[in-house]
Amino acid sequence: MKFVAEYRNPDRVRELAVEIARQATRRWVIMEICGGQTHAIMRHGLDQLLPENIELVHGPGCPVCVTPIELVDKAIRIASTQNVIFTSYGDMLRVPGSKEDLFSVRASGGDVRVVYSPLDAIAIARQNPAKEVVFFAIGFETTAPANAMALLQAWELGLNNFSMLVSQVRVPPAIHSILSHPENRVQGFLAAGHVCTVMGYWEYHPLAQKFKVPIVVTGFEPVDILNGILHCVSMLEKGQYQVANAYARTVSERGNVAAQEVIRRVFQESDRNWRGIGVIKNSGWSIKPEFAAYNAEARFEVGDIQSHDSEICIAGEILLGNKKPHQCAAFGVLCTPQNPLGATMVSSEGACAAYYQYRARTTGDPHG
Amino acid sequence: MCLGVPGKIIDIYESNGLRMGKIDFGGVVREACLAYVPEAKIGDYTLIHVGFALNIISEEESQQTLELLNQILEMEEDDSTV
Repeated sequence: MKFVAEYRNPDRVRELAVEIARQATRRWVIMEICGGQTHAIMRHGLDQLLPENIELVHGPGCPVCVTPIELVDKAIRIASTQNVIFTSYGDMLRVPGSKEDLFSVRASGGDVRVVYSPLDAIAIARQNPAKEVVFFAIGFETTAPANAMALLQAWELGLNNFSMLVSQVRVPPAIHSILSHPENRVQGFLAAGHVCTVMGYWEYHPLAQKFKVPIVVTGFEPVDILNGILHCVSMLEKGQYQVANAYARTVSERGNVAAQEVIRRVFQESDRNWRGIGVIKNSGWSIKPEFAAYNAEARFEVGDIQSHDSEICIAGEILLGNKKPHQCAAFGVLCTPQNPLGATMVSSEGACAAYYQYRARTTGDPHG
Repeated sequence: MCLGVPGKIIDIYESNGLRMGKIDFGGVVREACLAYVPEAKIGDYTLIHVGFALNIISEEESQQTLELLNQILEMEEDDSTV
């Protein structure tokens, strides 16, 4: 397929790995923010092609993983309410809440439906005027344009049986939080290419300057990822700390301005609790007061929920890049994709699920 | 969720006041909202996230990236033969 085959060329992949090894004269720790990139790295074995002195650590860019447990518990409460059709992206259904998950609500007779797009949830609301239709609007900047447009669509159509449970998070505050952590090891970042498709990369310059780290906007195919790593290593070796774009066919400095405008019309910046990490200031978006009628948290009684996470799961340490999945005692034993203790084992973008799927028979880390 | 797949726009139309399109992902055709890519035309390649096109993929930038990569990698090959 166009824009895919040329970025999976095995000769180019091997040559890039050789060039990275040639340029890297010392040990560097680089974080790929996006869980989609973590899975691509594992699936294509890119980490095993890299020289020993380049360590990749996996970041918090997994929307399912960072959605806080209290939101999952609220989703379960709402989905269990009579007369509700609860709609969600598929990955959220197996994410463990304090006691159960959305799948178990469905098994007990709740009407929980997987949708591909929030516009599908709007269509369900139009077809079922006597039901309350709730959409679980989670995600990073990549889902925000779709979720914001769905809310506007509901407003324009005058739908009064539609609302959203929002857990919308942003990458730049997470990078700030990781770099401010006293145990931080990350020296360079691969910024998430598709987040930057929406937002551009103008927000990243102050981060690169403040913390003196190179940040490279990176795509998702093997050649894209190694190209991003090469740019990052090249800057690290030269002592440079700029923002570079290694995914120019898709990303521009400004991003998608029309999408940013719709996001700003519907959402306002707010503090967000990241599962396993904690509250990060101004790290997400919430529904603006003028659209409060579409806020499921105001529409349903969910204020009294007490949540508690697994005491064994170390997902927070993994999402911060401090630990690798196989360093968890529960990994592959108590915690598997079938019986996950934490969301990082559930999601198609979670680091634990990637290690389980592609590295279950090894120690997990090719460089120990 | 952040994994966008490149697809080719094969049809553009209006539905419920939104600009929509049919996108061909290597044989599988799905509907997507084109509201955020007003410049899109039939034949363009676009990246789709949760049913929304978020940009038009630039053929020119793609070529430039590949040419630049070839230059870096060829330079290295030349160096190693000296």
